[in-house]
Amino acid sequence: MASVSDAELKQMSQEERVTALGMRTEQLTGKSLHIEFDPDAEERFTYPWAPEVDFNKRTEIDTVDMTTTEVNGRIRELMAEGYGTIVLQNPRGKHSLGVGILSKLNLIIEGSTGYFGVGLIDGPNIRINGRVGWSCGENMMSGTVMIEKNAGSTFGAAIRGGDLVCRGSVGSRTGIDMKGGTIIVGGDTGALSGFMMQRGRMVVCGNAGKNLGDSMYDGTIYVGGDIKSCGVDAVEAELTNLDKAWLTRKLTQYGLMPEKGVDHFTKIVAGKQLWNYDNLEPSEKKLIL
Amino acid sequence: MAGTQYRGSEIVDVDQFLNDADGLVSEREKEIGQHIGYRYDVNLVPDYNRITPFLSKYMEVMGWDDLNWLEDVHMGYEEGAPAVFDRNNNGWVRIPNTIELPDNQQDRDMIARELLIKFQMSDRHPLSDLRKAYMKF
Repeated sequence: MASVSDAELKQMSQEERVTALGMRTEQLTGKSLHIEFDPDAEERFTYPWAPEVDFNKRTEIDTVDMTTTEVNGRIRELMAEGYGTIVLQNPRGKHSLGVGILSKLNLIIEGSTGYFGVGLIDGPNIRINGRVGWSCGENMMSGTVMIEKNAGSTFGAAIRGGDLVCRGSVGSRTGIDMKGGTIIVGGDTGALSGFMMQRGRMVVCGNAGKNLGDSMYDGTIYVGGDIKSCGVDAVEAELTNLDKAWLTRKLTQYGLMPEKGVDHFTKIVAGKQLWNYDNLEPSEKKLIL
Repeated sequence: MAGTQYRGSEIVDVDQFLNDADGLVSEREKEIGQHIGYRYDVNLVPDYNRITPFLSKYMEVMGWDDLNWLEDVHMGYEEGAPAVFDRNNNGWVRIPNTIELPDNQQDRDMIARELLIKFQMSDRHPLSDLRKAYMKF
């Protein structure tokens, strides 16, 4: 790859940058990137471009007369100034608050948020002292989100990593299409929770609605209460000592540990009857791969 | 592995896919010429008694009480070599053969997490150049 300085790149258009960085000339070598770890890599804990923030440097934003775009832009400005703890006052159910935060931060929202709150995040710790609308934490990559009251449907849709916690109850289709991470519900969850789940863990301390884990491909669902019904290919599995240790640690961490412990939890996994790709004829399969 | 009703083969040994990269055991796998399913247990939760000092420090820096998203990172295999899947570049990153692998999956997973963090946070990561080329704000 050509060696180009950051100063030179800043003078270029996007088209010129892409070419200068070799992204149009390097040949793909198939499915493998053939990249190897460097065992002597420097110890770093944040992305090279992440702002240096200090959790002890705290400020507040009164969002009452601001649009969502203005609030989210202001959060980024404050992070660039080194603020590591930001409190949002008067959110008044605004949609899409706190989305796209890609580095460490303590964000506290004093009130309730609307649809698609704190989605697409990678690293921050967020506490919402209120309720949240649909799809809170959608496509979350890492970090922690704690909701003190109830949440709407599709809570944690397509989550890929991190801990998404609701102390209260949540609507239906919780963790739909989740591909990693942990969703914890202190109360009950609605129908079709874990629908098409592919990976990750869901913990429901209360009851689960009908069709739990419907069409799940992988991942684990732990339920402390009653399960109305399991969906297609969701089957019960043995709760191991490692499961119990992990559940105890996680629930204690968020103050949701039941008084009677975790031995009563039911563990649901994929029966893997839906892994039908191997039903293809061998020649068809090779053609696809 | 939990949920073993599928037509793949059981993972019986931590070195199974190092000694036999193809891993064709069941009749169906032999027929189609490919191992069915993951080559490691994606549902394995971490054993926190085996956490490394680097990972403890990472948790502290990020303000987390546990491994957070790294709970989903495991050591897998690519073409007979130990490797870790990096979601940020959608590909496998191989473990150098200078690193000696422990004899159990939990310790291997901790090494995988440590190496992945160091790689993702370095300027070597493809995301660094992608960001330089395509960043809009």
